[in-house]
Amino acid sequence: MTYDAGHFDVIVIGAGHAGVEAANAAAKRGAKTLMLTLNLDMIAFMPCNPSVGGPAKGVVVREVDALGGLMGKVIDKTYIQMRMLNTGKGPAVRALRAQADKPLYIQEMKYRLENQENLTLRQAMVEKLIIEDGVCTGVITETKAAYHAKSVIITTGTFMRGRVIIGDLSYESGPNNQRASVKLSEHLEELGFELVRFKTGTPPRVNSHTIDYSKTEIQPGDDHPSHFSYETTEGILDQIPCWLTYTNEFTHKIIDDNLGLSAMYSGMIKGTGPRYCPSIEDKVVRFHDKPRHQIFLEPEGRDTEEVYVQGLSTSLPEFVQHEMIRSIEGLEKAEIMRAGYAIEYDSVVPTQLWPTLEVKNIPGLYTAGQINGTSGYEEAAGQGLMAGINAAARALDKETLILDRSQAYIGVLIDDLVTKGTNEPYRLLTSRAEYRLLLRHDNADMRLSEIGHQLGLISDERYNKFLEKKELVDQEKIRLEKETIKPSEELQKLTDEVGATPLREPTKLADLVKRPEISYSLIEQLSPAPNELPSDVKEQVEIQIKYQGYIEKSNQQVERMLKMENKWIPEGIDYDAIGGIATEAKEKLKKVRPLSVGQASRISGVNPADVSILLVYIEQGNIAKME
Amino acid sequence: MGCRELETDTIAAISTPIGEGAIAIVRLSGNEAITIANQFFQGRDLTKVDSHTIHYGKIIDPTIDQVVEEVMVSVMRAPKTFTREDVVEINCHGGLASVNRLLELALQMGARLAEPGEFTKRAFLNGRIDLSQAEAVMDLIRAKTDKAMNVAIKQLDGKLSKLIQRLRQELLETVAHVEVNIDYPEYDDVEQMSHDTMLLKTKEVHQEIERLLQMAKQGKILREGIATAIIGRPNVGKSSLLNALVHENKAIVTDIPGTTRDIIEEYVNVRGVPLRLVDTAGIRDTDDIVEKIGVERSRQVLKESDLILLVLNYNQELTEEDIQLFKLVEDLEVIVLVNKTDLAQKIDLEKVNELVKGHPVITTTLIEEKGLDELEAAIAKTFFSGELEPGDLTYVSNVRHIQLLKQALAALDEAMNGMEANMPIDLVQIDVTRTWQLLGEIVGDTIRDSLIDQLFSQFCLGK
Repeated sequence: MTYDAGHFDVIVIGAGHAGVEAANAAAKRGAKTLMLTLNLDMIAFMPCNPSVGGPAKGVVVREVDALGGLMGKVIDKTYIQMRMLNTGKGPAVRALRAQADKPLYIQEMKYRLENQENLTLRQAMVEKLIIEDGVCTGVITETKAAYHAKSVIITTGTFMRGRVIIGDLSYESGPNNQRASVKLSEHLEELGFELVRFKTGTPPRVNSHTIDYSKTEIQPGDDHPSHFSYETTEGILDQIPCWLTYTNEFTHKIIDDNLGLSAMYSGMIKGTGPRYCPSIEDKVVRFHDKPRHQIFLEPEGRDTEEVYVQGLSTSLPEFVQHEMIRSIEGLEKAEIMRAGYAIEYDSVVPTQLWPTLEVKNIPGLYTAGQINGTSGYEEAAGQGLMAGINAAARALDKETLILDRSQAYIGVLIDDLVTKGTNEPYRLLTSRAEYRLLLRHDNADMRLSEIGHQLGLISDERYNKFLEKKELVDQEKIRLEKETIKPSEELQKLTDEVGATPLREPTKLADLVKRPEISYSLIEQLSPAPNELPSDVKEQVEIQIKYQGYIEKSNQQVERMLKMENKWIPEGIDYDAIGGIATEAKEKLKKVRPLSVGQASRISGVNPADVSILLVYIEQGNIAKME
Repeated sequence: MGCRELETDTIAAISTPIGEGAIAIVRLSGNEAITIANQFFQGRDLTKVDSHTIHYGKIIDPTIDQVVEEVMVSVMRAPKTFTREDVVEINCHGGLASVNRLLELALQMGARLAEPGEFTKRAFLNGRIDLSQAEAVMDLIRAKTDKAMNVAIKQLDGKLSKLIQRLRQELLETVAHVEVNIDYPEYDDVEQMSHDTMLLKTKEVHQEIERLLQMAKQGKILREGIATAIIGRPNVGKSSLLNALVHENKAIVTDIPGTTRDIIEEYVNVRGVPLRLVDTAGIRDTDDIVEKIGVERSRQVLKESDLILLVLNYNQELTEEDIQLFKLVEDLEVIVLVNKTDLAQKIDLEKVNELVKGHPVITTTLIEEKGLDELEAAIAKTFFSGELEPGDLTYVSNVRHIQLLKQALAALDEAMNGMEANMPIDLVQIDVTRTWQLLGEIVGDTIRDSLIDQLFSQFCLGK
């Protein structure tokens, strides 16, 4: 027997990086939201690396922030180190990464959620969904509490039938020895979900006191740290460095000698692991000629001595892990505080979802985060945010949000998942984005603030600040297009200094900025704007002018893509009735049920002729309707 | 990747059955149809003519400023057209060579090669075709696509496919290298890709694609026959040469469909070299071409030939006219025949050797078909010198493939321009990736995921 524990608009199961964003977004949109978690002390816990951001992922954090999400704000408040990566490359690939203070991150996140209007936090293990007439209307916990809601979001990460493996030891568990969620997984299977077994792993943590840092290289943070959130105004000056060391032939020999004991190689592990996150034994086997591998030593926080040994993810037995660690320079006396382990878990085949992350066969139910076959905190946060926005939309009868591939990395991520699926834990990479020049770190606000404001996710105050910035950028661009500069001795001196060819005739300031050697700061010396501009405005102006040619080219491609993206496929289309479409394509279309012709064209196995035929078929329907 | 815009851009295709008529039509449809056609049409300004009118004029190749063809052009403005878009139809001679050339020009000027059945599809989508015919339209797209695919696959021989795969692999490795620099900035096993290395790689591939396009031209010559002109003073044996060539090679085979007899007189296959004995403005029929059409003009006409057979009389001394002919063919591909060796020698062979400047000289008695072997050997040698052996040619013949190669080359050019302008490598790489994708379309592999596969097989990455 269950008892009625309450009625909500939205219920979020799980409080990891997907769950917190989902709950926050739903509550912000005005939905009465309940967030259920196994353990309230583990909200937004980082079970693996103590860092946030990096290439592509960092841009996702910016996007989450532009849509009112939490990740950027919380990391900005708690980081121990901040670094801008790829500064020597183009603006499209610049990426911010922070080293996190894990305990502090949890504390800060929990505090914010506790103080979020419309949001209730509760500790509970969900065992079942309430399904009425095929629609999900609530959840039942192991304590027999029945919570009712108009939308339910599952964000259970790697907990579903989680199994931890170290050498030949294997036991049922979520990450970091938390309880696994077994009944929910079985329940989903009963409901007809297609599940798949994935695997990931984490390296050992060692005690900082036992590391000889003098034998390693220091990896400091930036002197002038940048930030993820557009709301952050103050940085943290007291940063903590990371350290770099290497494996060596002895390490590799230890691994080779004990390979049979690795769960990865003994056949204990059946799940598919990510190629981009291989265990050390994988690296040694696959790249046997490589004499050494990088090992980064990353502190897990300010007030803890635990250090994450990045590069040493493993499922070897604990005693081998000790040997392995002590073969590494600087770690000769290192003491392991927690052993590394592999973890296997159930995930949902994501082609079962609509691009809103709603489950196709069960209206009212959404899934987001690692349960959808992704990996990474940022990928989870992006999905959580979108599921939260859309679950609230369903509950409150408001507008839904689907981001396309030219709007955000989040759009690329979700489109890839629901259109193509994935056969390994999915990680975002810059190469997955066709229009990465448009999806930059610097312009996430330009891309998404309008939407964020419209959906009630960012405040009027913040939105007005954004509009001011935009206005300043536009004005300055117009000024640079209008004003010209004549050749002069002073100018020649400046151009000589940067190695640019001297001017021969009067030139527009904008054309000057377009030259690769000339930066906007030079313009400031020559012909400054009437009022000193904020640095983010200068950055926008410079990037937009300097790379105008490439940006325009990308925009043209986007325009073409959008034409097909806006050709909607009617709901309930009967692919079997369309004679010309190839059988393989039909099967794929029936499974994915794309919303638009554009999405259909990205399904592997659907070729251009099938797309053409589909277009004709849809048009036939439209004409028939008109007549 | 990259869904093509199938709606309003301008498409072009040969709309008459290939090789089945004296007249062929290249059809353009779309917003830009008229302006595109106008760019290579010499005659009335097509953008100003009335709708549904037909105009006589010349097609010029603007890149070399040369007249290609005389044509009739119909201009039909939307909406009263087959597709309900602006449509231009260019009527030309039915030969495959000329119609292909027109199509290539249209594509060069900005039209896109139509997908199979696309005109009909547009007609349908724009409401021109009755709803009841939708089924038929879909069948047609399927049928035409399958057929076009078969043809494309057949025309893509194994060697070419391998070559393109190799080029793609080289580009892929370069691109993956840049990607790894971006996605794993701290990964120390691989150096940062420099502009120099990138330039080197792109240059290599650029050269290869240029060579492929060059060979596409040669391949075209082979398929369409080597335009051959026979010239000489009256009564030196030109007709005998023609007859001998035709007789020796018996059947006058035209394995090119649509090569109509009003342009191509005879078509013979000499040891694998297809000779098209062309009636170049009547040169062959004219006893004294120089007198008839003037030196400059005759030289112009001769230039259009791929091979010139200059016939001299063994039994007569060299005349001023002969020397005139030698001058005409200077720098051209020439084989000199000294004919009538059955009669007494009156010609100064030393002088002949001096005049030919290294071109082959063959002595013949055509009336007895003597010396023909040597002539044929010389012809074969001229066209298959060096690495070129008949049957050993890797050449691109499919218009779609050629078009894709040209686009790939253009994308590489943009990449190289970017490097010259010192643009960041990750921007330059966008164009390199595009080249890789365009080459992929030729061999039917457009899945972007292989880039990610490459990334993880080439480099040891991870946490």
